[in-house]
Amino acid sequence: MKNRVDFTAAVENEMEWRLPSLSVNEGIARAGVALFCAQLNPTALELADIKCAVSEAVTNCIVHAYRDTVGEIRITVKLCEGRLISIEIRDRGCGIADVKQAREPLFTTDAEGERSGMGFTVMESFCDELRVSSRPGKGTAVTLLKRLHK
Amino acid sequence: MIHNGGQVTYENKGDTLLIRVRGEIDHHSAATVRKSIDDRIVAERPERVLLELSAVDFMDSSGLGLIMGRFALVKQYCGTLAVLDPSPAVIKIMKLAGMERMVSVLRTKSKIEG
Ligand SMILES: Nc1ncnc2c1ncn2[C@@H]1O[C@H](COP(=O)(O)OP(=O)(O)OP(=O)(O)O)[C@@H](O)[C@H]1O
Ligand SMILES: [Mg+2]
Repeated sequence: MKNRVDFTAAVENEMEWRLPSLSVNEGIARAGVALFCAQLNPTALELADIKCAVSEAVTNCIVHAYRDTVGEIRITVKLCEGRLISIEIRDRGCGIADVKQAREPLFTTDAEGERSGMGFTVMESFCDELRVSSRPGKGTAVTLLKRLHK
Repeated sequence: MIHNGGQVTYENKGDTLLIRVRGEIDHHSAATVRKSIDDRIVAERPERVLLELSAVDFMDSSGLGLIMGRFALVKQYCGTLAVLDPSPAVIKIMKLAGMERMVSVLRTKSKIEG
């Protein structure tokens, strides 16, 4: 278990982005978030981890939350005191009935779609902390917390 | 580069089909890459498939699904599939998923693993 990240840190810069859940926006979302985070001079490895985690969360909105429909994905990036980055990715899609189960490695509800069930595991291991809150029928919010090197 | 999604090229060497994917592999690009590779594999049924991933500069879990899916397809007709020269981005996520225990990973040059 990783140490929990202090979440009372003051926000120094912030970005909010709304994108429709089109698969072409997976690349746009991770590139945009990486560009915004680049002002903190992260290492190439830190930036690669952030891009991958964002890609997982955004892809989940597209393939699971909105499935065959198009809905809004809201991405909020906060750069906080102490080189802490908080990235919230929120949808108003189908929601997750059992978040604990969904976060298990290899768990997927879409094996036919060639999904490996590793998305949450990637987010968790490429960030310092992952928070997921969801309500069936209402939507899901995923928060990725990453602290950069000093 | 934003629209740098998985370009695929092929090379036949005897019983081996060498498939080289470049660029970014995500859910968006995986659909096109999958279609291209499957058409070729189904048409040729190569005994051995080498998936060369040295120029893949981004891959998320959709890439894991892509590799496992092709692995299963080739296995169906008793062929073999190996990943060749995975880039640091590829090997990092493959290891996380424990995938290098299922799919063999080959390297042409001696590299330090990322
Ligand atoms: N935003 C979301 N809305 C609704 N359900 C979700 C959402 N994100 C994840 N899930 C559910 O949680 C499960 C696990 O997600 P995870 O990303 O770990 O794996 P996956 O998406 O199924 O496969 P992979 O990410 O490896 O392609 C999904 O199969 C899905 O049922
Ligand atoms: Mg996923």
